[in-house]
Amino acid sequence: MNALDKRLEVKIKDLNLKNPIMTASGTFGYGEEFEDFLDISSLGGIIVKGTTGSRREGNPYPRMAETPSGMLNAVGLQNKGVDEFCNNVYDRIKHYNTNILVNVSGSTIEEYVEVAEKINSLEKIPGIELNISCPNVKQGGMGFGTSCPMASEVVKEVRKVYNKTLIVKLSPNVTNIIEIAKAVEDSGADGLSLINTVLGMAVDSEKRKPLLSTITGGLSGPAIKPIALRCVWQVAKNTKLPIIGLGGIMSASDAIEFILVGASAVQIGTANFIDPSICEKIIAEMSQYLDRHNLKSFDEIRGII
Amino acid sequence: MKKYCKDFKVVENTSLTPSFFRLTLELDEKLPEINPGQFVEILINNEKDVFLRRPLSIHDVYEDKNQILILVQIVGKGTLALSKVKVGEYLNMVFPLGKGFPLEGEKVLLIGGGCGVAPLMHLSRAFNNIGIKPHTLIGCKTQDQLFSTQEYSSLSTLHIATEDGSCGIKGMVTDHPIFKEDFDVIYTCGPTPMMKAISKESKKKNIPCYVSLENTMACGIGACLCCVVDTNEGHKCTCTEGPVFLSEDLKDF
Repeated sequence: MNALDKRLEVKIKDLNLKNPIMTASGTFGYGEEFEDFLDISSLGGIIVKGTTGSRREGNPYPRMAETPSGMLNAVGLQNKGVDEFCNNVYDRIKHYNTNILVNVSGSTIEEYVEVAEKINSLEKIPGIELNISCPNVKQGGMGFGTSCPMASEVVKEVRKVYNKTLIVKLSPNVTNIIEIAKAVEDSGADGLSLINTVLGMAVDSEKRKPLLSTITGGLSGPAIKPIALRCVWQVAKNTKLPIIGLGGIMSASDAIEFILVGASAVQIGTANFIDPSICEKIIAEMSQYLDRHNLKSFDEIRGII
Repeated sequence: MKKYCKDFKVVENTSLTPSFFRLTLELDEKLPEINPGQFVEILINNEKDVFLRRPLSIHDVYEDKNQILILVQIVGKGTLALSKVKVGEYLNMVFPLGKGFPLEGEKVLLIGGGCGVAPLMHLSRAFNNIGIKPHTLIGCKTQDQLFSTQEYSSLSTLHIATEDGSCGIKGMVTDHPIFKEDFDVIYTCGPTPMMKAISKESKKKNIPCYVSLENTMACGIGACLCCVVDTNEGHKCTCTEGPVFLSEDLKDF
């Protein structure tokens, strides 16, 4: 294990990452949930769960269905609200020696702005991930990420109040992700996270009913990796923004596939549920890959496809 | 409580009925403290259609042998694959998870239905360890679905209700005379309609009733927020705040 391998360091705008391995929002809690399984400070960064202006209960149970090589979720942004985060959670997690990014969610532009402004005042939070791609809420969420004018407007408004690193998380559930990415780039984003979950559904043929209370939900896991790779590749070829790739990464080779198509860093999501210490293993394997391929860093192979 | 992710060796795989089996899983180091009612998240090997771990309640713990026993009902692809594991294979588990049953009261009744009997063995043992012999009431459809009655009898006073009357009294657990008696606390695990009926009757008699839920979950450690139950204080994770809840804290119970 070599979490301090200097060759793995990457920079995304003002974020200095020890390595390209981050954890995806909604799959890693606030980091605390995983303390028994790995050293949080060994990670490149963690994106804490989606945070909204006020407390949200989320959608009714059942919210999860296993699917071939993946799972559907319809949590619906359950969280205790930004004030609870700032007043309590922040103090518990700010000691982690890693980049802690808050996933900022909302139903209205005003809500995104309010949350971003409050997070801006937290010294140990060097960036936010603006979530304009949650498929599980009735208002807002993905609605902002599937239209260029809406995406552009929310990013511009948040940019006015947020002066640290602003990453925008995009939805794959669009006709042309390049257009959305360009709109977000032109509106002041510092980077992109690609992709959020893919809208899907699951049905129980015996009970003749949907498996989720909301009928549709967000698909994650290896089932969506080919879609995620395609999105990262398309966007990397058409914008200058650094990209954090995610979608079904279960191993270092999966992570490196994303780097080959242009990602600067990656996020590990659903894989954390299968193996709670998987991120440390992937980091170690990333170093081994560099050794095996005689590379000084991933810069040598980033975006070569 | 600290959680672990470890490989366990399968030392026994015993078929109990056509749909129930029991695994004895051994760790090659000392087991941490495990409370009755806690569960494990077990990784299913070699089954490409199974993606997530399976949450399974801990049936019993043999501390001296560093063994955890898991009682499993075959209900789908994951449990079917698990039923085929061979002695000598290894299974990876995240454990011990959740909050278990608090040990309260001196005259206590443990009620299990179907696979819900699983955690009651460990709970009985825990009560025995503090000098209390509990009453256990098991409900099932027919005698053929009963198993491990000797083990339950050795740790508790066993009562049985079968729907067809093939063993014990004929009827549901709530029809059993022992259920009409007064207890300090009732503990139950089983099908939701059964637990709701028990909870309702307990409320009438002002007896605290602990129920153990089995909501579908992904992570088991409070990160994915998929396994929530509606409580008087809003949604709570079954995996970290449960799986055992005081029934009066739950909505619809």
